[in-house]
Amino acid sequence: MNKLLNFFGNLGFALRSKLYRLGAGTRLFFLTLIYSADSFRRIHLTIREIYYTGVLSLVIIVVSAFFVGMVLGLQGYYTLEKYGSSEAIGVLVALALVRELGPVVTALLFAGRAGTAITAEIGLMKATEQLSAMEMMAVSPIARIIAPRFWAGMISMPILATIFSMVGILGGYFIAVLVIGVDEGAFWSQMQANVDFSNDIIDGAIKSVVFGFACTIIALFEGFDAPPTAEGVSRATTRTVVISSLTVLGLDFILTSFMFV
Amino acid sequence: MSDNLISIENLSFGFGKTLLHKDINMQFSRGKVSAIMGGSGCGKTTILRLIGGQLTPNAGKVIVDGDIVHEQDRNGLYHMRRKMGMLFQHGALFTDLSVYENVAFPMREHTNLPENIIRDLVLLKLNAVGLRGAYDKMPAELSGGMARRVALARAIALDPDIIMYDEPFAGLDPISMAVICDLIRTLNDALGATSIIVTHDVAETFSFADYIYFLADGTVAAEGSPKQLMASKLPFVKQFIHSEKDGPVPFHADAPNYKTDLRL
Repeated sequence: MNKLLNFFGNLGFALRSKLYRLGAGTRLFFLTLIYSADSFRRIHLTIREIYYTGVLSLVIIVVSAFFVGMVLGLQGYYTLEKYGSSEAIGVLVALALVRELGPVVTALLFAGRAGTAITAEIGLMKATEQLSAMEMMAVSPIARIIAPRFWAGMISMPILATIFSMVGILGGYFIAVLVIGVDEGAFWSQMQANVDFSNDIIDGAIKSVVFGFACTIIALFEGFDAPPTAEGVSRATTRTVVISSLTVLGLDFILTSFMFV
Repeated sequence: MSDNLISIENLSFGFGKTLLHKDINMQFSRGKVSAIMGGSGCGKTTILRLIGGQLTPNAGKVIVDGDIVHEQDRNGLYHMRRKMGMLFQHGALFTDLSVYENVAFPMREHTNLPENIIRDLVLLKLNAVGLRGAYDKMPAELSGGMARRVALARAIALDPDIIMYDEPFAGLDPISMAVICDLIRTLNDALGATSIIVTHDVAETFSFADYIYFLADGTVAAEGSPKQLMASKLPFVKQFIHSEKDGPVPFHADAPNYKTDLRL
């Protein structure tokens, strides 16, 4: 009986602390919106963060995209060839990238590359009392630290996802057309005919905005909420990757089921 | 205008259910250097945070220049903090900004001064702490003592009425310690500020502070000028000043019987 009570007690506690964190995260988001006007006045901060989160993520995004595109080209070709429609390889590569892999893989890489950096940086700023010092200087850390990073993430993520899809298509082109020898005209024209702007490209872009929001706010909250110790920051950084990845995959399923079914 | 710029009245504060401070009263006079002393973990730093409004008291109040701190809204609090400068224990310099930018930070945030005036002011402040020559260094390139001095320059950037020092001597070599001591006194007198120092370094504090509060067991155990405290017969004060390892503050933490613990 006692064990059962303990079980429910622990379950309730776990649920309550999860709910608490969800609430605290939401509160941070609204505070970020409120302080955004303040942070836009120092637009150079947001631009600097776009450099750190966006521009510095370019290498990993471009390289991954090219490889993903090449793999899609290879796998797609072998399957399509069985049905004698290897010219459709362009459509396959483009749709897979624009609809799914572009936003999802970019978001996962973004969480790993930029999200962890954001969490660790803010967590360490907290541990070294830099956020407290800012508060004591009557400067809101949300306006100065959180909001610029939030907007940088929101701006960078869709651009990175677009670049991912474009480079991925080039990877597919490289394998399918240049290596395997699929007809170049068919590759591009089928893609042009079958990739719909509003259905595929816009929906993919919406996904990347949603994922960008999720990854950035999770990274910011984890850093802001991290216990100010070495262990606390390391755990927060791990949680950023785990929670962001799961959230992105979960949201992807939900969005896909609304958009493409 | 009251003589006391800051007064703490019947203040109780605690994290969770246990109270760290019980019914504390303190007064900090204008233009004076006051010190709060006590053992590690007795809640000295917490008092600075209560004055700065980063924590809310469970009971009682902190009054700064006639305003009750915990009743201020965010704007009121920020307005109040512009009159305060705080030196954190490890400096808390912004690691992504240079020494120059760290000192310029409060000026850029709170004033619309043109760049050439900011430059002159930053160099003035850095000169006051003897680090004008290090203006282009990054915080990671500074020694602990230098970082503390840069943080001090930043704390006085807007010529505050109140300067708070959290453990300004912790982890410093004797030379840096003497430099900081000297700076605290000089800056206080030059700026006409009111300084509060939280520390447990007896010799340094007694050499220049005007008034000292001793905290123990969540209450003010003793207070007075350094001279009065030196002459104090209170066992706790004697133990603290002469750094005796056993006395009212026991060497051993609360523990069950030693023999029982060793299963003898």
